[in-house]
Amino acid sequence: MTDAATVRQIRDAVRRGDRSAVAVCAEACDRIEARNPGLGAMTLVTRDEALARAAAIDADPARRRSQPLAGVPVAIKDVLCTRGIRTTASSRILASFVPPYTATAVARLEAAGAVVVGKANCDEFAMGSSTETSAFGPTRNPWAPDRIPGGSSGGSAVAVAAGMTPLALGSDTGGSIRQPAALCGIVGLKPTYGRVSRYGLLAFASSLDHVGPLTRTVADAALALAVMAGADPSDATSAREPVPDFEAALTGDVRDLRIGVPARLLDAGVDPEVSAAYRTALDVLTSRGARRVDVELPHAGFAIPVYYLVATAEASSNLARYDGVRYGFRAAPDASSRQDDLQTMYARTRARGFGPEVKRRIMLGTYVLSAGYYDAYYVKAQQVRTLIRRDYDRAFEQVDAVAVPTTPTPAFRLGERLSDPLQMYLGDVFTVAANLAGLPALSVPCGFSSIGLPIGLQLTGRRFDEATILRIADAYERDTSWSKLEPPTR
Amino acid sequence: MPGGFTREQVNAVAALAQLELDASEVELFARQLADILEYANQVQQIDTTGVPPTASVLTGPAADRPDQVRPSHDRRDALANAPDAVAGAGLFRVPRVIG
Repeated sequence: MTDAATVRQIRDAVRRGDRSAVAVCAEACDRIEARNPGLGAMTLVTRDEALARAAAIDADPARRRSQPLAGVPVAIKDVLCTRGIRTTASSRILASFVPPYTATAVARLEAAGAVVVGKANCDEFAMGSSTETSAFGPTRNPWAPDRIPGGSSGGSAVAVAAGMTPLALGSDTGGSIRQPAALCGIVGLKPTYGRVSRYGLLAFASSLDHVGPLTRTVADAALALAVMAGADPSDATSAREPVPDFEAALTGDVRDLRIGVPARLLDAGVDPEVSAAYRTALDVLTSRGARRVDVELPHAGFAIPVYYLVATAEASSNLARYDGVRYGFRAAPDASSRQDDLQTMYARTRARGFGPEVKRRIMLGTYVLSAGYYDAYYVKAQQVRTLIRRDYDRAFEQVDAVAVPTTPTPAFRLGERLSDPLQMYLGDVFTVAANLAGLPALSVPCGFSSIGLPIGLQLTGRRFDEATILRIADAYERDTSWSKLEPPTR
Repeated sequence: MPGGFTREQVNAVAALAQLELDASEVELFARQLADILEYANQVQQIDTTGVPPTASVLTGPAADRPDQVRPSHDRRDALANAPDAVAGAGLFRVPRVIG
């Protein structure tokens, strides 16, 4: 079995007894140890725990035959709690935090036979689009190590793209699963808001946060989603909506499905090679019988300002809990004083525990929620959020999915946008709307730039209709070979 | 605050956010927050008269469940990450608040 084995291939081999879960997981840990030093994808490898769990799977052949992810190694973005295993959000303020419980999404993967082999690097508290704001240092793109892998789930994307694990979990607040998936040449799926429980996900912006899978193939993403989806008594925002058989939706038949193209949104600022790959991808789908329909999303162009007002407001509130009392790190008092007063301890702990991007967003969010600006910024942004939702509701009266490039450009160089936060934020132009509207969206590889950088196609669907975008993406994947290509650095 | 942030304004926001900033951070954030808000200010041009705000995209009511007593986190586990705790008494310890 090669490094590029899919979730389904590994699961089938382990179920049949052709491979032991212990051997599969030991090899995944070996690959991480061999490849990670140059890529920085993983911040913790949990070999001993993984091998113990794999041995339990090997010891119970009857049980594993019914496990949809038997023996599948998985990397977990380090914003998802894992009981007894350090969970840091790639932040100094949580550097020693060991959660007393496991996130529901992770627990469901484990119950299905998946084996956690480690924690994946990410932007600090998932705030970033490049995995450069991590307190552990950046992750590098395996297709071009001088470039960023995207973010914030950059470690998860690189773990899959570089063949360390066939499956990784990410979180997506404004594109943090789809954008790194696109820039690393893999599949990333953000489900509908409420489809997958957020219990145990360290909160960034609660009305925008989602948990989802990163995989090499669309079928693997469908499988992982099926395992994680469904109501959870520990998350009041998780949906009771029935969970369909996502794998059964992958029929290859897209005849007469209507794919919306918001041409005006794509007018400006898209790299010509990205545009070309996108247009070619639409042609592939229409040649399979899908129909192309022009749609208008008049307010989608305002998604970035709305997103950065709403997300930072929610973040400033959610991150107030990190104050040096409950979660490990507390700044020592100055040499001059024996003990700080309480307020000074809070402010100093947060000053030393948070990095620059997190501080910037807490500052922005605090400002937009403050007296005198609340209505002008926060309420206004929430009203425009309503208009963006309505745009999509109207579009979905005419089409079954909306297609855009996942990102306006391929991966940029490390450091290129770090000193200009606004430039970094503008790169999220095509991904944030799905978070604001709570709609399912995925990225599937759709080509390469002339210098060999991956490009992604994003499909957005109706609320709770992941099945249709998975079907379209799978059909596209059948007619193309992008997902079979492997990066040079592995 | 398009048009610029003064140092005093940045310090006032930092106090609300419980963040100690050094002088270089105050300068940096004054400039960057002004840039970001100037960009964000484009939302003001949209007519939102009568448009309700979206705080959550949930369409149905929150998923209620019966309020049954069930085991929660063990208190020692919950205290285990605290930098200063009195585990036996079940308390987090913080600097003295009352003189």
